[in-house]
Amino acid sequence: MNLQLRYARDRVMLIGIVGLTLLVVVPLFLIIGYVIVNGIGGLNWNFFTQELGSPSRAMLGRPTGLVAAIVGTIIIDLIALAFALPFGIASGIMMSEYPEHPFTPVSRIMVSTLNGMPAVLMGLMAYALVVKNTGGFSALAGSVALAFVMTPIIARSTESVLRITPWSLREVGLSLGLPRWKVTLSLVLPAARPGIVTGVLIAFARAAGEAAPLMLTSFGNNFLTFNVRSPMDTLPQRLYSLAISPYKEWHAMGWGGAIILLLFVMITFFVGRVVVDRMEKRALGLQAMDKPKKN
Amino acid sequence: MSSEKQTNPEIRMETLGLTVTYNKTVQGVKGVSMPMYNNKVTAFIGPSGCGKTTFLRSLNRMHDLLPEAEVEGKALLDGEDIYDPRIDPVVIRRKIGMVFQKPTPFPTRSIYDNVAAGLQLVGIKKKDVLDGVVERALRDAALWDEVKDRLRSPGGSLSGGQQQRLSIARALAVEPEVILMDEPTSSLDPMSTTKIEELIQELKKQVTIVIVTHNMQQAQRVSDYTAFFYVGELVEFSPTSVLFNNPTEERTKEYLQGAFS
Repeated sequence: MNLQLRYARDRVMLIGIVGLTLLVVVPLFLIIGYVIVNGIGGLNWNFFTQELGSPSRAMLGRPTGLVAAIVGTIIIDLIALAFALPFGIASGIMMSEYPEHPFTPVSRIMVSTLNGMPAVLMGLMAYALVVKNTGGFSALAGSVALAFVMTPIIARSTESVLRITPWSLREVGLSLGLPRWKVTLSLVLPAARPGIVTGVLIAFARAAGEAAPLMLTSFGNNFLTFNVRSPMDTLPQRLYSLAISPYKEWHAMGWGGAIILLLFVMITFFVGRVVVDRMEKRALGLQAMDKPKKN
Repeated sequence: MSSEKQTNPEIRMETLGLTVTYNKTVQGVKGVSMPMYNNKVTAFIGPSGCGKTTFLRSLNRMHDLLPEAEVEGKALLDGEDIYDPRIDPVVIRRKIGMVFQKPTPFPTRSIYDNVAAGLQLVGIKKKDVLDGVVERALRDAALWDEVKDRLRSPGGSLSGGQQQRLSIARALAVEPEVILMDEPTSSLDPMSTTKIEELIQELKKQVTIVIVTHNMQQAQRVSDYTAFFYVGELVEFSPTSVLFNNPTEERTKEYLQGAFS
């Protein structure tokens, strides 16, 4: 085949790939742009310092804001992360490091099922488990619901990251006469840490954007509270209720809240990126080590 | 199998009818019985896929990690079967260290912490103890002079040959009785290879060494005894000079003459 033709083909392929990538990226920027254009006007200092209160506040032009939802999102998401981390990481380790254990296939099915389960069902589950048994809506119930969202994502990503850590790391550890749990915790996990952190961030960001599981659990609260046993506001669920409210002032606030939610997720990723880069720099020099060939 | 001179040294390890089966069907190693003598270097040679690495890995229960691998027969260390159900593989591996084909420094650990890993991770924290062990192991691995001023830099920052000597130092630090080496120089340049071969000669004064090699010249240079494997079977085991100069088995002769590889 002649060379010109091959170059031409190469170029066509490249254009195709770039084109398809744009197709994916453009809607993302459209959404971000649309949110910013609509929301930027409503943003002011009060937004970060004032409680929402009743609709009359916004309609009469009195100070009103989303501080309750911002603080609530941070509190509920962090508690959810604390719940989800140990379970997610542990089942990730289980699936990757103990494939022969009889419990592993069961946990793999559970994780896959949970991963595909609509988030609103997680809310329902937390409602049945926590709200019903504690006698009311609470931030804690919301955290439990979000932990249900996070756990399978963390488990799945931890498993896949552990699977790609060099097999030889485990062999070296064992050959030094270290017990298996020590090899996993002290050698394999640290080597996989950047990837695990990335997975945790994805789970966190995903849960941070969920409104449905919170409707039946943390419920929402027009006023600022730090009491995790009481109903608490969160950004996604507040955005939803602002959007379906009949007040155009609240609609405007909803757009502003959307910017904050976007920022929240972006900051999470940015901080995570920096942390992961740091770790990867430390891990530099990682050798390409493969699973042993059987001969 | 040919019989050796009457002045055989003490046996450190010995296998009796050792068989390794994969997925219940494929026999990687078929009923191998052979000794490994104390403070000697025993080399395993043979064509690719002949089972020499599989056999080596069965000597410190590395196959425990692979659910599809099954080991039958016995492997004795100082007369005790390492596959005895009452024996903890962790204890066995502490006595039988291993050096792998590719250098395998722990990437996130410093040179010092690489060598000290085997001790640190079982809870030995005393700095003076660790300092002593690290220096001795690095000296024994002929690496001390090259790294003594940068013990805190990452293990991954060393050259390939240095990394392999670091791996040897790390294995030495836990004071094993036997060190298994799986083609330790196959990824190294000639200079580094020579260094490791010299090192093996030094090390055999303190440990028993078993080495798998693709390189027949290397087996001749470093080993006292050589075992020739073919399709999972031990064909011949003799003192190295005997095996290379006066092999008993026809298949050994053919292999040495390059009839197959």
